[in-house]
Amino acid sequence: MSIDQLSSSISSKIADIRSTVATGGPLPVGRTETVSYDNEIVRKFAIAAAGWGIIGFLVGIIIAVKLYLPDFLAGIDFLSYGRLRPLHTNAVIFAFAGNAIFFGVYYSLQRLCKARMYSDLLSNIHFWGWQLIIVSAALTLPLGFTTSKEYAELEWPIDIAITLVWVTFGWNMIGTIARRKDKHMYVAIWFYLATFLTVALLHVVNSLELPVSFLKSYSAYAGVQDALVQWWYGHNAVAFFLTTPFLGIMYYFVPKAADRPVYSYRLSIIHFWALVFMYIWAGPHHLLYTALPDWAQSLGVVFSFMLIAPSWGGMINGLLTLRGAWDKVKSDPVLKFFVVGVTAYGMSTFEGPMMSLKNVNAIAHYTDYIIAHVHLGALLWNGGLTFAMLYYIFPRIYRQKDGSPTKLHSIKLANWHFWLMTLGVLFYVVPMYIGGITQSLMWKQFMPDGSLQYPNFLETVTQIIPMYVLRSVGGTMYLVGALVGVYNLYKTAKSGSLLRNESVEVVNHRLAEAQGQPEKKESWHRFLEARPLRFAIYTFVAVLIGGVVEYVPTTLIKSNIPTIASVTPYTPLEIEGRDLYIREGCNTCHSQMIRPFRDETERYGEYSKAGEFVYDHPFLWGSKRTGPDLHRVGAKYPDAWHWKHMLEPRSTSPGSIMPAYPWLYDSKLDTTHTEGKIITLRNLGVPYADGFERVAVQDMKTQANKIAESLKGTGVKDVQPNMEIVAMIAYLQRLGTDIKKAAPQAKSETAHK
Amino acid sequence: MFVIAILLIASICVAACFLIGYLWASRSGQYDDMHTPAIRMLFDDRRASGK
Repeated sequence: MSIDQLSSSISSKIADIRSTVATGGPLPVGRTETVSYDNEIVRKFAIAAAGWGIIGFLVGIIIAVKLYLPDFLAGIDFLSYGRLRPLHTNAVIFAFAGNAIFFGVYYSLQRLCKARMYSDLLSNIHFWGWQLIIVSAALTLPLGFTTSKEYAELEWPIDIAITLVWVTFGWNMIGTIARRKDKHMYVAIWFYLATFLTVALLHVVNSLELPVSFLKSYSAYAGVQDALVQWWYGHNAVAFFLTTPFLGIMYYFVPKAADRPVYSYRLSIIHFWALVFMYIWAGPHHLLYTALPDWAQSLGVVFSFMLIAPSWGGMINGLLTLRGAWDKVKSDPVLKFFVVGVTAYGMSTFEGPMMSLKNVNAIAHYTDYIIAHVHLGALLWNGGLTFAMLYYIFPRIYRQKDGSPTKLHSIKLANWHFWLMTLGVLFYVVPMYIGGITQSLMWKQFMPDGSLQYPNFLETVTQIIPMYVLRSVGGTMYLVGALVGVYNLYKTAKSGSLLRNESVEVVNHRLAEAQGQPEKKESWHRFLEARPLRFAIYTFVAVLIGGVVEYVPTTLIKSNIPTIASVTPYTPLEIEGRDLYIREGCNTCHSQMIRPFRDETERYGEYSKAGEFVYDHPFLWGSKRTGPDLHRVGAKYPDAWHWKHMLEPRSTSPGSIMPAYPWLYDSKLDTTHTEGKIITLRNLGVPYADGFERVAVQDMKTQANKIAESLKGTGVKDVQPNMEIVAMIAYLQRLGTDIKKAAPQAKSETAHK
Repeated sequence: MFVIAILLIASICVAACFLIGYLWASRSGQYDDMHTPAIRMLFDDRRASGK
């Protein structure tokens, strides 16, 4: 459409608005209100996003380097890979992307509603509360206080804080929407609402856990159930924290930056509803070929595949908004970041459904291919949109002396940032694709005689080390680009001053509309009674809620899962060892789920059965094999091997990239909570005998002494039974051994080996 | 495996909520005008005089 055609169609459409809105009389033209937008809160969240982003990227580079230089920052427990990896994921998801969502929402929502945020107090509680949560994550995660559940690692007190702060955010947002001046809500607002509602549900359901102590809890779910809930949460964290709010952001900022209307409003309606309905079901694609029941896996595959449609609806809408304005992309860095971001969103949402196909997943799961997929989306979609927003917003909230917006300090630097970001991601993602597929194919390679070509897992690791190096180059480029961006934004801010409260004049269409319709309100039930479909739906929902309330106790208190008779609960020493495994983040490199593939049963042993995990609170199936699967490591190596390997991995496995764990040999096992752990686990349904907790510590000592004696017998001189490593060895030696045991006598319920 | 029941119910609840939301939105006129919203949001607000 040419500019002339556009402006005349706009005029006729404004006339249409006037006729559709007011039924009781002419619109009171000229009646305006003054509204003042809060830019201070936008700036707060923006600076937080930028700052935490730099930190999150830096932690990412540190752990990337550790993968090929395992002695880098080694020997310090709070800087080990397993402790830092969740710090990286939490920082980039909740601190970087989280604060970015908030500054994007606070900026756009006010302007779309033509109303100031509902409450400045709630805005500030939200901001400071969120930053405090991030700080508590930065303190607790490296110290090993973690639940081990991905993107939900923070322990229970912080989970409660997250709930409270999230409710504050929603309250503030919904209050603002209630005060909007137009009855009609722009599409971005639908996405923001869906985000708030669904993240609240996901967080609460997945974080159900029973505390043992101030910073330790056990998941209310176990084994297969825990895996299902965790990945229902995990995938929908991607859907409703990393996708829907950013789609809302796209719908506001891209049209504004390009000065072009959204390509198809109709499409935005269709893809919004399709997306929010379908995404919830996609979780099981993280669990394909695991012990999750087949029908649940198939459900996840089908919905994940269908998800291409609504996701690409979003991409198409975003990109085609720039129809007729592509020349602007050449000159405007904001649009460059948006275009690459939205394109990467399309790439990721094509790749994801492909990876959800079982045959593709059989190759890609547990490899660096997954990491590549994550970072393509996270770095270019979430990162790209965040940078685009920052470059858009800063000149508009920082004003020159005459009140006009400042100019971005340097277009050239913004372009440098853009290319560092884009090429950095290329150097990140392509090596990870290559490394992931190479490693997987090596795992699966058989000799003609039917034996594994690469029986030593370490060979497959060594092969892809150059890819790890390249990836860290890419990540560093990305960080440097971000630093360039921060400098550019800083200079932009310095060239003006913050317009704390932006006063504008707006027409209150809802007020006008209300004045034109003086009808009496009927009671809500009367109203519903005349609408049978709506009534039926509300009833259905009410019934479902009741169903949920009824089911929860039965699942938590008594387990009816068909169990394997010989599977018994962990001993107290093994529980302590398991908690050390969780503390050290071993599950971030090692899986515990052998898939029913011949190459896996050859390499690791019998494939993993659902019934083996019934007492695993939380589950530890893992999602990545930087190191080998450990589900059947029990009784595979002698105690002394584990002793040497954990002390210095390269002493038993030359070339290994696993970090050393010397502090497990210096520290005494903390037994203050052992009794509490037995009681809590029993409350969660693990069949420890009543009163067993009273003898738990003694039971631990007996088992530890046995292990210490066995170690001394094989020449290990300085072992003490109360060392943490002894507990760790006990746990590792138990893994996967139950199915080979005879079923215990019917009466016996004690957790003894 | 009973947690599948919880998740199915929760997911159906969420889907039902979205369905209700869609029906409510549709009935209260959210989709009556398909043309102006995309254009209306492009206009920047006029700066308040005297501030």
